Amino acid sequence: MAPLLSVQDLHVTFPGPVHAVRGVSFDIEPGECVALVGESGSGKSVTARTLVGLAGPAAQVRAARLTLDGRDTLGFGERDWRRLRGRVAGLVLQDALVSLDPLNTVGAEVGEVLRAHGIGRPADRPVRVAELLSAVHVPDPEERARQYPHQLSGGLRQRALIASAIAADPPLLIADEPTTALDVTVQAQLLDLLAERRAAGSTVLLVSHDLAVVSRIADRVLVMRAGEIVEQGPTAQVLAAPAHPYTRLLLAAVPTAESRGRRLSVTEPEPLPPRNVEPDRIVLSATGLHKWYRTRHAVDDVSFTLARGETLGVVGESGSGKTTVARIALGLVEPSAGTIRLGSGSGQVDWTGVPERRRRPHRRRLQVIAQDPLSSFDPRYTVERLVGEPLLERGRARRDRVVELLERVGLGAEHLSRHPRALSGGQRQRVAIARAIGPRPDVLVCDEPVSALDVSIQAQVLDLLADLQAADGTALLFISHDLGVIHHVADRVLVMHDGRVVEQGPVTDVFTAPSHEYTKSLLAAVPTLDSVSNGT
Amino acid sequence: MDVTLPVPAAAPARPGRLPAGLPIAGLFLALVAVAAVAPGLLTHTDPLAADPMAALQAPSAAHWFGTDQLGRDVFTRTVYGARYSLFIGLTATLLSVLAGGVLGLLAGLAPRAVDEAISRALDVLSSFPEVLLALLFIAFTEPGTPSLILAIALAFAPRYGRIVRAQTLLVRRAGYVEQAVTFGLSRTRLAWRHIVPNVLGPLPILATIGLGTAIVNASALSFLGMGPQPPSPEWGAMLSESRNYLRVAWWSAILPGATLTVTVIALTAVGRRLQARFEGRR
Repeated sequence: MAPLLSVQDLHVTFPGPVHAVRGVSFDIEPGECVALVGESGSGKSVTARTLVGLAGPAAQVRAARLTLDGRDTLGFGERDWRRLRGRVAGLVLQDALVSLDPLNTVGAEVGEVLRAHGIGRPADRPVRVAELLSAVHVPDPEERARQYPHQLSGGLRQRALIASAIAADPPLLIADEPTTALDVTVQAQLLDLLAERRAAGSTVLLVSHDLAVVSRIADRVLVMRAGEIVEQGPTAQVLAAPAHPYTRLLLAAVPTAESRGRRLSVTEPEPLPPRNVEPDRIVLSATGLHKWYRTRHAVDDVSFTLARGETLGVVGESGSGKTTVARIALGLVEPSAGTIRLGSGSGQVDWTGVPERRRRPHRRRLQVIAQDPLSSFDPRYTVERLVGEPLLERGRARRDRVVELLERVGLGAEHLSRHPRALSGGQRQRVAIARAIGPRPDVLVCDEPVSALDVSIQAQVLDLLADLQAADGTALLFISHDLGVIHHVADRVLVMHDGRVVEQGPVTDVFTAPSHEYTKSLLAAVPTLDSVSNGT
Repeated sequence: MDVTLPVPAAAPARPGRLPAGLPIAGLFLALVAVAAVAPGLLTHTDPLAADPMAALQAPSAAHWFGTDQLGRDVFTRTVYGARYSLFIGLTATLLSVLAGGVLGLLAGLAPRAVDEAISRALDVLSSFPEVLLALLFIAFTEPGTPSLILAIALAFAPRYGRIVRAQTLLVRRAGYVEQAVTFGLSRTRLAWRHIVPNVLGPLPILATIGLGTAIVNASALSFLGMGPQPPSPEWGAMLSESRNYLRVAWWSAILPGATLTVTVIALTAVGRRLQARFEGRR
């Protein structure tokens, strides 16, 4: 049988010139599910978009062959593409809120595809739309079809987007990071949905940065790096016996239960420096924290302690209250009830319920690393001023200290006069870490510190944090939605759901033998790499 | 004048070509600046020297812009007039930015009650058309340059005040301000180090765009006799003096008027360009 999609020596260049895709070749057979995996800038999205003529007006596309469903699409004009899109290849993008027209109801959006391709009689379309929505498991499809995108949750929006992509029953479905912004349980449901489409005979091209996600449904994996495919093969084989060093690096970088105590940024197993947890030296204790926003109970009776050198993980989905807990711990939000004290024994000080004036002298004991370092940097500041700001040293001594801090996070003195905007995401996060460890804090609050980073950069940052923690004995309050990351870094974990701690304990106990239903459902939803290698 | 606050653009503006008009606008503004600082460089005649024998002459090599009803050289008067217009426009804009900036920062940083009081006061002032507000102010004072400046400043201050207040509220909630709280900075240092500079950064550019409007309004009020008194060669006053002779000597009104128009257009063009540059850089 002829391949549904055939790409031979594809090059895409943007003005600059930026050579985004360099000689990519692959075929997709009907009924296959192929995954295109790579980090940001690898050219995976550009490749996928080029396949449906959406690379953009600035892109220069060259290829030896580019066929879709037996049609030669090289030299296609916009009109030709329009006839093809939706009908032959449906496209699902990452952000459904942006991809759906805010002024259209969901039903109109899905029905638009039918209208554009003249499918069915206009009178039948509402019925067909409802069928499509229920095919992607949207509850109350008639009701939902009348609503606007903003009235739907992220998961439902993504489903509606898939419904519009499959409305004209295209043989090929291209999904570009379809689950990236979603909570893990919602992600699992969507992956099931894509698997279901496949079982129904659809061909799926899945584009993702997440090897674990694609391992769940893909037959074949293509690993992209810097515009080239560096490795391809059956999913199980690529994951179990990666041939290319880059694939090995990617796989080693994924934090999991097995990666505990081991470096993530190297392919050869290498242990992390040992950490000294001193359970008797409590640096922060929270008792019975509550926070109400009007009627919403954002944080509901949360208590924990943090010992010197310890890492306490806080895991939960969006809206679980984990970030509010972090902000209360940082003294940025006053809890509605409950207290936080710093230190232990006779040196204990009240951190909540006191005026800011009394908190200020102790502020240096708690520092924060945020998810988006750029927004935490004053836009006018250079790296030197940023890292130097919380320091007590002045003049020459300050500059020396800044250089020393930058060296500790693996940056050179040449970065001193740079503006953060001129740095990469990983470098920015290193600057944020250098700034946070400057005041020698007892506690580092890490609020999703690696969520915005590529997996290989995430690995480097996690290794760096582990090194610093081992050297300084800092306690980490580590907040993340990513169970793999928490399993890798944390000693103990709090599982949060709807503002409550549903389960807590040593991370290995909680994650291997969860007692609460919610923890079980979370763990079941996490896509893991070993599901393939174990043949399940 | 519609003023939008320069917001950090999602993507850096493309370095694209300079619009062809921009160098011309810059050159023209430079000429106007020279006229304001050293008018003697551009003309050797006295702007007040009347010569009734040479009244209402059409533009010629001797009198580029012709002469007015008293035989004064219109070009010379236009050149000398730049000083009035620029001086009034600049001081008035400076004053209004200063007053608006202080009020806006106060409103944005102070407790809610103070914010409410300032904001409502600014709302009341903004509900009047700007020229009307300035006219009212002059009606209670004595016509002349100082009260004209104050009147324009008063009329434009609410606009800057509201912009600064909105910007302050934005910056106050920015991640870097919150971050600075965790360093243990006091409220005052927080405000001085992070909030004020980031709020005031875009103001000079907004003021450049606003300057054009201030000059137009100043001339309008002068035209009504509320500004510098004759025989001062202020552009608006010149228009007012020569309007009765429009049918016989169009040049004595049209040419200073055109100079005023081009000045304002040039100022706006340069201001917009600065604004775009600024947004691109951020």
